[in-house]
Amino acid sequence: MSATSTPTPAPKTNHIGLTVLDYRGSKTTLCAGCGHNAITERIIDAMYEMGIQPEDVAKLSGIGCSSKTPAYFLNRAHGFNSVHGRMPSIATGVALANQKLMLIGVSGDGDTASIGVGQFVHLMRRNLPVIYIIEDNGVYGLTKGQFSATADVGSKLKTGVINDLPPIDTCALAIQLGATFVARSFSGDKKQLLNLLKAAIAHRGTVMLDVISPCVTFNDHEGSTKSYKYSKDHDEPIQEVGFVPAFENIDVDYDPGATATVRMHDGSQLRLRKLDRDYDATNRVEALRLLAESHEKGEMLTGVFYVNTTAPSFVEQLNLTSEPLARLPQEVVRPSRTALDQIMEELR
Amino acid sequence: MATTVELGVQEKAAKTQQPGRKINDFSIQVATVNGSGSQSANTVLLRSIFQMGVPVSGKNLFPSNIAGLPTWYTIRASKHGYIARKKEIDFLVAMNPETAQEDVMSLQAGAACVYDEPLNLSGLRQDIVFYPVPFDKLVAPVCPEAKLRKLVKNMIYVGVVDALLGIERQESEKALVKHFAKKKKAAELNTAAIRAGYDYALTTFTKQDPFWVERMNENQGKIIVDGNAAAALGCMFAGVTVVTWYPITPSSSLVETLIEYLKEHRIGPDGKATFAVVQAEDELAAAGMVLGAGWTGARSMTSTSGPGISLMAEFVGLGYYAELPGVFFDIQRVGPSTGLPTRTMQGDVMFCAFLSHGDTKHILLLPSSVEECFSMAIDAFELAEQFQTPVFVLSDLDLGMNNWMAHPFKYPEKPITRGKVLDAEELKRLGGFGRYKDVDGDGIPYRTLPGTKHPAAAYFTRGSGHNEKGLYSERPNDYVNNMDRLARKFETARQHVPAPVEEISGASKTGIIAYGTSHWALTEACDQLRKEHNLPMDYLRVRAYPFTRSVHEFIKNHDRVYVVEQNRDAQMFQLLKLDIAAGQVTKLRSVLHYNGLPIDARSVSEAIVAQETKSQEAR
Repeated sequence: MSATSTPTPAPKTNHIGLTVLDYRGSKTTLCAGCGHNAITERIIDAMYEMGIQPEDVAKLSGIGCSSKTPAYFLNRAHGFNSVHGRMPSIATGVALANQKLMLIGVSGDGDTASIGVGQFVHLMRRNLPVIYIIEDNGVYGLTKGQFSATADVGSKLKTGVINDLPPIDTCALAIQLGATFVARSFSGDKKQLLNLLKAAIAHRGTVMLDVISPCVTFNDHEGSTKSYKYSKDHDEPIQEVGFVPAFENIDVDYDPGATATVRMHDGSQLRLRKLDRDYDATNRVEALRLLAESHEKGEMLTGVFYVNTTAPSFVEQLNLTSEPLARLPQEVVRPSRTALDQIMEELR
Repeated sequence: MATTVELGVQEKAAKTQQPGRKINDFSIQVATVNGSGSQSANTVLLRSIFQMGVPVSGKNLFPSNIAGLPTWYTIRASKHGYIARKKEIDFLVAMNPETAQEDVMSLQAGAACVYDEPLNLSGLRQDIVFYPVPFDKLVAPVCPEAKLRKLVKNMIYVGVVDALLGIERQESEKALVKHFAKKKKAAELNTAAIRAGYDYALTTFTKQDPFWVERMNENQGKIIVDGNAAAALGCMFAGVTVVTWYPITPSSSLVETLIEYLKEHRIGPDGKATFAVVQAEDELAAAGMVLGAGWTGARSMTSTSGPGISLMAEFVGLGYYAELPGVFFDIQRVGPSTGLPTRTMQGDVMFCAFLSHGDTKHILLLPSSVEECFSMAIDAFELAEQFQTPVFVLSDLDLGMNNWMAHPFKYPEKPITRGKVLDAEELKRLGGFGRYKDVDGDGIPYRTLPGTKHPAAAYFTRGSGHNEKGLYSERPNDYVNNMDRLARKFETARQHVPAPVEEISGASKTGIIAYGTSHWALTEACDQLRKEHNLPMDYLRVRAYPFTRSVHEFIKNHDRVYVVEQNRDAQMFQLLKLDIAAGQVTKLRSVLHYNGLPIDARSVSEAIVAQETKSQEAR
């Protein structure tokens, strides 16, 4: 070893002193080029850049290709690959047991909009604090290419089968039911997806993020409306999504006239810069109208459709004590001997 | 006043002159229309007898309906302490025009019948004592508000029955005040109704039936409570923190009562709740929430009945393989769908024992009494965390929804234990852990909770495909190792579940095995068999699955063992067959009761006598 060799530079760390490696997971087993892998990368980036302590996160999923992905990020966080379409109920139990955990749930279009639509709608209406991501490719991958309920009318399978039934718009559904942060993105749009994820981390309440994520094996052909080519050609952002975390200098140069700023719970700012339409993402009715119109026109809109930072979350509504329920000691959870005596007296 | 004296004299005369008097040993059946307020009247009657120190039980046989269909309430007074349903009705109160004739025709000779006068039943039979009462005429003066009369009318029969059976009216009035604790106006109206009925009966009737209630001193210190309320109390004193549910008869009142108790006893000084209750969108979600909360370290539970258990099957299987604690109350009933949903059954024993696909088996606790609903609720939470697995408590409609006398519940002396959970300190010392590794040889692995502040705390939870470290694996060896460890864990559970209760004379070579609410018919049936047929029986009451070794011993030590249960397919019998040595199987006989009504002693003893006769003939 020569004395003149340069020392290895210290690895780059975030503001809590962790490197990006601390946010990685196991190696992906999905197909090369799968949109889901890009989403996994953005989740890692967002968690790293936001300086989230990995041990404070719980990763949850149902069943399907998308539901495998929690194994591919944040190895230092507990993960739970549950049963098909039922991740919302697991998430609810976790949130009630320990409201201090940050919950990230990864689902797919089949897991959410077909088998899981019952639990999905009730999760949305409870406004449970969870980042709910749909990795949406319009097709069942693990069972080799059947349509899901988000497939568009006229979309064609590899086998030539055409979908005749209207798609479920998970964003419109989520907004109507009470989710408080609803957005759509495209796995190929790195910048938009990263900023949406950071804003999602800053939000308290249900974040419903529908990410179009092409399936390279079963739904990336001519005639598919969820292919890379189709998505790239039709992706139409409704605004430019910017995000300034609370720990960074807020005074970044921006044009207040053309940018709507949403102050998130942790003090960070979601900045929505106007593109070619006037749109108010805090107006629920306008959001539903925009989505209805986009269906008529066959547009694939992305961006923040709706954000509400004031609605109480489910955990707040339950008036829970500040210490997680999972950690309450016996003195708190077992009433006294006198209490039992008193109850027995009432029953005499 | 003269009439009061008259009946008093008559009563005294009866006591001394009539050797055929039946004191504190008969059943009353009240036939009404549901939604007519009869439940209050029946509760008052039950409590009145209870307060007179006489052992008593009450069973509500009701339809799946809110208002307008026939319903029956059976009260049994028994100086012997028998509280199972009595098959024969001795004293009928016929208030329902729709069923009145049929109700009268089903009585045994010598029974008595109070009825609503316009029903004009007296001509139906000559071998029954009839007491017609003009309820509508009596209710009008005591209840000026016409729309309330339908409800108050039923309280009049309480007064009538009090007078005829010698139930002390003051006890009924005391019971009524307790029942309407927060409704003063209702209490006043109904008190007047009791008095009206009482006075009418005293002035009008000459006692002709032999049935009397006389004060005893058997109920000192006892309470009256239903099994669901008892289980709710058990859950609260077990320290439950997450409760999820979906309404279903006969389980709903468990969580509804629990909510009331939690609000009263589990709100901290800061006004904050130390519990969360969620009414889920269905039973699938309720089960998922229980397991999510259990995974995170909360004491979590749900309560349901058979149809809900069906929906929970997939999640419970995941709970078994992923090793997640959770307590599942199943208040068993008949089903599915519209199949007798308000009738009792021990119908989910097999289903719950092996719920879900693949190789799964679960711990079942089988309470017989309200005391055990309380104590086994606590046991269930302890076992669920100790064994990191779903635990079922199989109650039933009879136990859950009916009122039972009981000794006051004992405060749990054992501290709450949370099972093998590693915290950050222990991880620091150990350096890491294998989530599914059998470190202690008992099949029970160690776990960590989400949020544990140590880089090695996390693991990934999934179904059955994992190795000792919790990493994904489809390797045959890993799968087999894991399955064998799970079997070992289940074997360990044998030593920790509630042991059976045995009544063994040592002289009999014939035994009976029963469980749950069948117990009450069994104690009475054993007396009948011994006294009436000279057939002494040893009796073992199973209280849990997996079976403890003493269950095997009991079968081994007897020539014939009758397994008594309330289902058609002999579910416990089948479960025992799977567990005992092949040579022992032929000893088992089955006694089944499955008509939707709680099992009664006579049916059991008759069935056993018939089978015993057959086996003697065969010899």
